Amino acid sequence: MTDSKYFTTTKKGEIFELKAELNSDKKEKKKEAVKKVIASMTVGKDVSALFPDVVNCMQTDNLELKKLVYLYLMNYAKSQPDMAIMAVNTFVKDCEDPNPLIRALAVRTMGCIRVDKITEYLCEPLRKCLKDEDPYVRKTAAVCVAKLHDINAQLVEDQGFLDTLKDLISDSNPMVVANAVAALSEIAESHPNSNLLDLNPQTINKLLTALNECTEWGQIFILDCLANYTPRDDRESQSICERVTPRLSHANSAVVLSAVKVLMKFMEMLPKDLDYYGTLLKKLAPPLVTLLSAEPELQYVALRNINLIVQRRPEILKHEMKVFFVKYNDPIYVKLEKLDIMIRLASQANIAQVLAELKEYATEVDVDFVRKAVRAIGRCAIKVEQSAERCVSTLLDLIQTKVNYVVQEAIVVIKDIFRKYPNKYESVIATLCENLDSLDEPEARAAMIWIVGEYAERIDNADELLESFLEGFHDESTQVQLQLLTAIVKLFLKKPTETQELVQQVLSLATQDSDNPDLRDRGYIYWRLLSTDPVAAKEVVLAEKPLISEETDLIEPTLLEELICHIGTLASVYHKPPSAFVEGSRGVQHKRLPGSAGSGESVESPDTGSAAGVSDAPPAVIPSQGDLLGDLLNLDLTPPTTTGPPPPATSGMQLGAMDLLGGGLDSLPPIPLRTDTPQSPQIPHQSPSPPDYSPTELGGDLGGSSTMGAGFGAPPAAPAASFSAPVSGGLDDLFDLGGGVGMPMGAYSPPKTVWLPAMKGKGLEISGTFARRAGVIQMEMTLTNKAMSIMTDFAIQFNRNSFGLAPAGPLQVLTPLSPNQSIEVTLPLNTVGPVMKMDPLNNLQVAVKNNIDVFYFSCQYPISMLFVEDGKMERQVFLATWKDISNDNEAQFQIKDCHLSSDAASNKLQGSNIFTIAKRTVDGQDMLYQSTKLSNGIWVLAELRVQTGNPTFTVCLKCRAPEVSQCVFQSYDAVLKN
Amino acid sequence: MINSLFLISHSGDIFLEKHWKSVISRSVCDYFLEAKEKAGDPENVAPVLQTPHHYLISIYRGKLFFLSVTQTEVPPLFVIEFLHRVADTFQDYFGDCSEVLIKENTVTVYELLEEMLDNGFPLATESNVLKEMIRPPTILRSVVNTLTGGSNVGGTLPTGQLSNVPWRRAGVKYTNNEAYFDVIEEIDAILDKSGTTVFAEIQGVIEACVKLTGMPDLTLSFMNPRLLDDVSFHPCVRFKRWESEHVLSFIPPDGNFRLMSYHVSSQNLVAIPVYVKQNISFLETGSCGRLDITIGPKQTMGKTVESLTVTIPMPKSVLSVNLTATQGTCTFDLTTKVVFWDVGKLNPQKLPNLRGSISIQTGAPKPEENPSINIDMKIQQLAISGLKVSRLDMYGEKYKPFKGVKYVTKAGKFQVRT
Repeated sequence: MTDSKYFTTTKKGEIFELKAELNSDKKEKKKEAVKKVIASMTVGKDVSALFPDVVNCMQTDNLELKKLVYLYLMNYAKSQPDMAIMAVNTFVKDCEDPNPLIRALAVRTMGCIRVDKITEYLCEPLRKCLKDEDPYVRKTAAVCVAKLHDINAQLVEDQGFLDTLKDLISDSNPMVVANAVAALSEIAESHPNSNLLDLNPQTINKLLTALNECTEWGQIFILDCLANYTPRDDRESQSICERVTPRLSHANSAVVLSAVKVLMKFMEMLPKDLDYYGTLLKKLAPPLVTLLSAEPELQYVALRNINLIVQRRPEILKHEMKVFFVKYNDPIYVKLEKLDIMIRLASQANIAQVLAELKEYATEVDVDFVRKAVRAIGRCAIKVEQSAERCVSTLLDLIQTKVNYVVQEAIVVIKDIFRKYPNKYESVIATLCENLDSLDEPEARAAMIWIVGEYAERIDNADELLESFLEGFHDESTQVQLQLLTAIVKLFLKKPTETQELVQQVLSLATQDSDNPDLRDRGYIYWRLLSTDPVAAKEVVLAEKPLISEETDLIEPTLLEELICHIGTLASVYHKPPSAFVEGSRGVQHKRLPGSAGSGESVESPDTGSAAGVSDAPPAVIPSQGDLLGDLLNLDLTPPTTTGPPPPATSGMQLGAMDLLGGGLDSLPPIPLRTDTPQSPQIPHQSPSPPDYSPTELGGDLGGSSTMGAGFGAPPAAPAASFSAPVSGGLDDLFDLGGGVGMPMGAYSPPKTVWLPAMKGKGLEISGTFARRAGVIQMEMTLTNKAMSIMTDFAIQFNRNSFGLAPAGPLQVLTPLSPNQSIEVTLPLNTVGPVMKMDPLNNLQVAVKNNIDVFYFSCQYPISMLFVEDGKMERQVFLATWKDISNDNEAQFQIKDCHLSSDAASNKLQGSNIFTIAKRTVDGQDMLYQSTKLSNGIWVLAELRVQTGNPTFTVCLKCRAPEVSQCVFQSYDAVLKN
Repeated sequence: MINSLFLISHSGDIFLEKHWKSVISRSVCDYFLEAKEKAGDPENVAPVLQTPHHYLISIYRGKLFFLSVTQTEVPPLFVIEFLHRVADTFQDYFGDCSEVLIKENTVTVYELLEEMLDNGFPLATESNVLKEMIRPPTILRSVVNTLTGGSNVGGTLPTGQLSNVPWRRAGVKYTNNEAYFDVIEEIDAILDKSGTTVFAEIQGVIEACVKLTGMPDLTLSFMNPRLLDDVSFHPCVRFKRWESEHVLSFIPPDGNFRLMSYHVSSQNLVAIPVYVKQNISFLETGSCGRLDITIGPKQTMGKTVESLTVTIPMPKSVLSVNLTATQGTCTFDLTTKVVFWDVGKLNPQKLPNLRGSISIQTGAPKPEENPSINIDMKIQQLAISGLKVSRLDMYGEKYKPFKGVKYVTKAGKFQVRT
């Protein structure tokens, strides 16, 4: 005789049979039929077709049958609104029934029928029921207002139900009060700014009275409502706390947690020296501990909340470490939370116990848990300094187990320990290196690479180790690639002699063969740092690492404050503010803890704070140390600060030059390429605008605690700023600076610019330019002595550069340079010096020495200096070569504002050894085919399109070494405009 | 508030759904089933899940998932407590909370759910009140109802609903007036290899069965109430009196209920009733290991330890065991790899011992994890914390009730690490 009989069916069609039974004359058969219908409904079968037949059974004095019909109606009224109207009369009649149970049932069911036509009829009965003499009806009606509001908010407001509901807060029956509060809270959630729950001391008092007498669920509603109140002063706060404290002993854990929320919030207002404050702190611990002996689901929610409470007020649970010890049959979600809290509570006093536990956990079955336990050991080491040594030896023991994932986790945390306590535990590196081959997870590989790079000077075969990683560079994940790049640069800076090849290899892998913008950007930055300023590179790459914080995953304080106000809610489980996940545009008010007595400091909201932090990043990252440079192999690396403090970089000239060197030219090639020739394959996904270079991405190499730790010390936001300087603008600046030095006939030579300002040269100012005269490249310099003493013994040296430029003779400064004297020097150059690819290609690093010091600067020479006189190609050869060079190597540029005829342009270019081979005119557009040859034998083929009357020329360059195209274009631009 | 409830079987079948607001498609459960799939063991499914439009809060009881769906920010503990209450009610009504029984009583289940929640707000969750409105199915009543056409739904408003003592119905009458209290204590403990206590605490409850006529007002006092520093009470207990006098003063609900639960924390010394001498080792080479366990009494306050059982979940690579027990029976479950030793009574003169060999799959490496030993036991007539009831007084009624207090200590999560 169970309900399962209702599921038996015959072949004839269930619905058909039920219909017949529902219309039966026999009462009993009818009831059985309705039960069958309900039974089908419960398992999700569609029995809506029986609607009229079921509604017909509604008029009955049998309460059970009535309830069953109501159950059916609530489910299906929506699908049959017209039929549902048939039921209205019965509802209205039932609302007048002498039996309060039936009155309440009718109003309750009506509210559940989400059909507009029915809700219209609901208003009058509802109004009556809200004032019913029986509290059971009133409390049911209170909830009904919330239902109606959900269906038709406007109607509820128009009918004044909200006011009636507010009046119910003062009802004599505590259950009615609780339900009114619950209904109002739910309505208020969709009207965040309405003042529905207008809490004042009188209502608070009523709520507190009702709190003691209503059901456990009502207590939850009232406590949650109380938590929104802000007491006027600490005395009111204390009296509320006193009346809420007994709830901590309730058997219902939700009541307990809601009470904890109220207390945690109102405690903020109590003066800390108050006796009651201490008592309250003591009272909070036992109920929280008790929550942990409940069912695992409750434990989980409790633990998530305890995690917040422990961060806010660690003193509450500081003696309760043991209750967080993990039992092996705890569900995994409970284990992980417990572990987290154990670390938060770890202190010098209990660290021994904690470590013993963690070591035990590291041999458990569950892999996730074991990993977290290993990590936790590392966190202990970082948090409690006295334990670091034991932690490290524990970790080493674990590494000895050779269990793969344990070893990998251990290496990741040991990296953090190295960072926290430098030069203390490096003796274990050898052990770590033994496990190099077993690392297959990116995080562990990255950590190991970091360790090798960081301690390269102590690891004899660091270069071999890193080189072994380099082989599969492109198969590695990004974090490993970034780490490898940084580590090799570190290694190079520490052991430059043996590793030059390695660093070049990794730089070219990162910058040329990678599609990852982060990797490429970092590569470029290192490259430029190394090429322009190795000392600065050392300072940046091997900078002091910022200390890693003790607690790696603390919740940000303002968020924590908000979450404390949301204890017991979903927000506290997700550890996110409700605004981050509550659906829709329902504005969620940010709750804040009240200020403690006497201190009313306001706190910025977390998001604006972090946004400001990003945009406030200093705009210049390249240190103003100056344009030092030098061949790492030949020149010493002493910074120029040996004899005095570095001069402040204030000169406008210098800043201009800095800007150029900083980024005007060198890192730009991809950007104009992208904008002008979208088909260009060199830059598959270059982001066109600097803001896309997110600083965090640039810096984020290792993740976790050591985000900034991989030797990328300085905030990396700034290079992006200099990326934005348009290339032509940069060149214009360059030309503007020097003033008009007469242009010689023939080859174009840019005006002189200041290369070494007097501020940096200890009084020696060098300005200069390059020229090609009669096939000889010359460096023309003006040396000015702006110091007070005589300068003698001048000498010059170049760093290796892209085209092997080198002085053809010594610097001819025969007479000593007296103060305020200038001298013009011409230095012939040849192209047989050592070659090293520079970035930008035409960058030249120069060291000038005199009796005072050695000065370093870098300058850029127009590549047209290198165009040799025999650069005219045969027509046939030209055609064949043009076809032969793949289109991938083609680059197209625009030259704007050039008011020359095609012939004049051709002549001008010829003066700079760019030879026109052929000319074609199509549709009023002159196409000049030109060739030129660089001193190292690279041919560049060009198609220059000149439209009569249009000042914008288009030049299309093809070359087997496409890197030079950008420089060649710059020369075109410069030559044509001068 | 709570929008919908889905009952999902152990295997992932959704076999019942109930909506208190608008209907939410059962496809929302897919997120849950996915998480269940991922978790592997059903006990490891996280109780709070987030989906794009809903929050799923679930409990796992009796091989069933109770999954509730909410659309707004609600206190998850409130939902979890409620779900446990639903499960308790089913257990109370049908004797057990299982898929079969729920399916057999699906209409009653539906009526109950409707009565327990209105628009997502709890309505009547006290079993006393519910039973007045919807009578539990009994074979006798079914027969009577069929014959007389009567119904099993109460026609009058339950009296408890609105009084100051919502947990008690009015007009209770018994011919035999009796009040029994069971003090049940469970020891949760973790012992390490050497037998030292890593952690131990006592979870105690006082379960009451009160069948008293009228409106009795009871006062229960203890010999040593100071032991109880961390308590939670049934709503009927007057908290003020506890704070001031350390007595339990209350008007009891009718029938069975949990009067209070308490927690004797690890700060106080917790007596450990048994000790375990154990040695489980796996050989570095070769595919076998040894096991040797002896259990003896420690602090039993002169009482006998009964129903002693030992459970050892072995590593997955264990193939079989060959163990001999000096007392009781020992079994090994081949699928779950659990060694179960039913010892029975602990005889201090002749300590039970289990020893033998363990064989591991050939070629499998030496297991990394150490199995834990789980102990279960029972000690009658003893509350291990030392708690003692001194007297029970009744006010408000004239008759003399029959009173009784029983003590029992059990092992809760009692684990020995190896």
